[in-house]
Amino acid sequence: MIRRIIAMTLAAATLSLAGCGYNTLQSTDEQIKAAWAEVVNQYQRRADLIPNLVNTVKGFAAQEQQVLLGVTNARAKVGTIQATPELLNDPQAFSRFQQAQGELTSALSRLMVVVERYPDLKSNQNFRDLQAQLEGTENRITVARNRYIKAVQEYNVVVRSFPSNLTAMLFGFAEKPQFTVENEKEISKAPKVDFGAPAPVPAK
Amino acid sequence: MIKNTLPRAALAAVLLFAPAFAAGQVPVPPLAARVTDLTGTLSGEQRAAVEARLAELESRKGSQVAVLLVPTVQPETIEQYATRVFDQWKLGRKGVNDGVLLAIARNDRKLRIEVGYGLEGAIPDAYAKRIIEEDITPRFRQGDFFGGVSAGVDRIVKLVDGEAMPPPERPALSRDSDYPDLLFYGFVAVLVLGGVLRALFGRLLAAGIIGLAAGVVTFILYNVIAAVIIAILAFLITLANKFSSGGGSSWSSGGSSWSSGGGGFSGGGGSSGGGGASGSW
Repeated sequence: MIRRIIAMTLAAATLSLAGCGYNTLQSTDEQIKAAWAEVVNQYQRRADLIPNLVNTVKGFAAQEQQVLLGVTNARAKVGTIQATPELLNDPQAFSRFQQAQGELTSALSRLMVVVERYPDLKSNQNFRDLQAQLEGTENRITVARNRYIKAVQEYNVVVRSFPSNLTAMLFGFAEKPQFTVENEKEISKAPKVDFGAPAPVPAK
Repeated sequence: MIKNTLPRAALAAVLLFAPAFAAGQVPVPPLAARVTDLTGTLSGEQRAAVEARLAELESRKGSQVAVLLVPTVQPETIEQYATRVFDQWKLGRKGVNDGVLLAIARNDRKLRIEVGYGLEGAIPDAYAKRIIEEDITPRFRQGDFFGGVSAGVDRIVKLVDGEAMPPPERPALSRDSDYPDLLFYGFVAVLVLGGVLRALFGRLLAAGIIGLAAGVVTFILYNVIAAVIIAILAFLITLANKFSSGGGSSWSSGGSSWSSGGGGFSGGGGSSGGGGASGSW
């Protein structure tokens, strides 16, 4: 009889361990790490493209120094932030990382606007290939970020819902930071159409 | 545990599809053939010609290439739509990820070549862009849709041919990974329920009930032969149960994999990370 009770307790304990969400916490946590690694990987890929891109543009449009410098500086800034998995547990470091990447994104899009003025550059095969790679990488970043967002969402739901929130508290699983739209302000501002007026008035 | 998975799967399905309906996105058509034309652009023979080439590629290299023509992908971008289609169709073999999707939104005048992870080396973004700009869009501009699709597919096939791939053996239908899990939980269930029922009904009756129940569950999940074996095992376990002996028996309910392909064409489980290129005409 005692043996039976012990065995039943053991079985119940096994089932409740699966039911308390510990395993789910572990696997969703791992999923976040994998999704994050992919995000970092794609950001790195973009950073690696930039020297080549800047050099190619320089060959045709050296006078666009300011824009080129903007890209180079933004890339240098991105390079100083170590994107380790520990970053995910530090919301401030996470937002710094996100901001640096966002600056690089807007510097690059400024460059791509400027490029439109140089037909020779636009028809250069090397530049076209680089442009295709950059577009592809930006799309990969979007996909990787979306997958990260989904992974974090899944994990945060586990961390916050009962009874797995008790397990999460017990083992120190905290909520993970989520991506936000970096250029919230820019999006809410109406786009400025410039028909070549020499002195554009800043919006603010 | 088994009971748990079904509602969970249903919930996952609802969560997966709910946003699509909510936001008014263009639904992803089911994958039934290598060329899916919802615009009526290609004739039957043209479609068959492209399909034959793609089927030949798959039998030779194992890579899955699919073509999708839709009227529009609004309000999404072609990139977002292509990503959703690829996620759902799972082109390419599992683990190899050697799938390519050529998605064309005819009224939007946009197209995209979406490349699976495993072919990003064979078809880099720059190549995908060149295929679009050199082979496809010039013909599309003249209204020659079949010519564009055909030329694009030819280039893709050539690039895939240049890449060394694992041989195209059709992998045997593999059991799902939760197979041992189910075995384990089933075993525990037999032990626990068996103990309870034996206390209630006595040894023989309890063993009979357990055996019958296990057999029915296995029959529902798997097949008759497994059901008989499992029923007998469960019966014996409950009849001769000494907890200290620890078992060494098994109770399986195969996590049988339902392959969705009804004779047609189905994705092999590949995935894409958003590689490829887009274009417009």
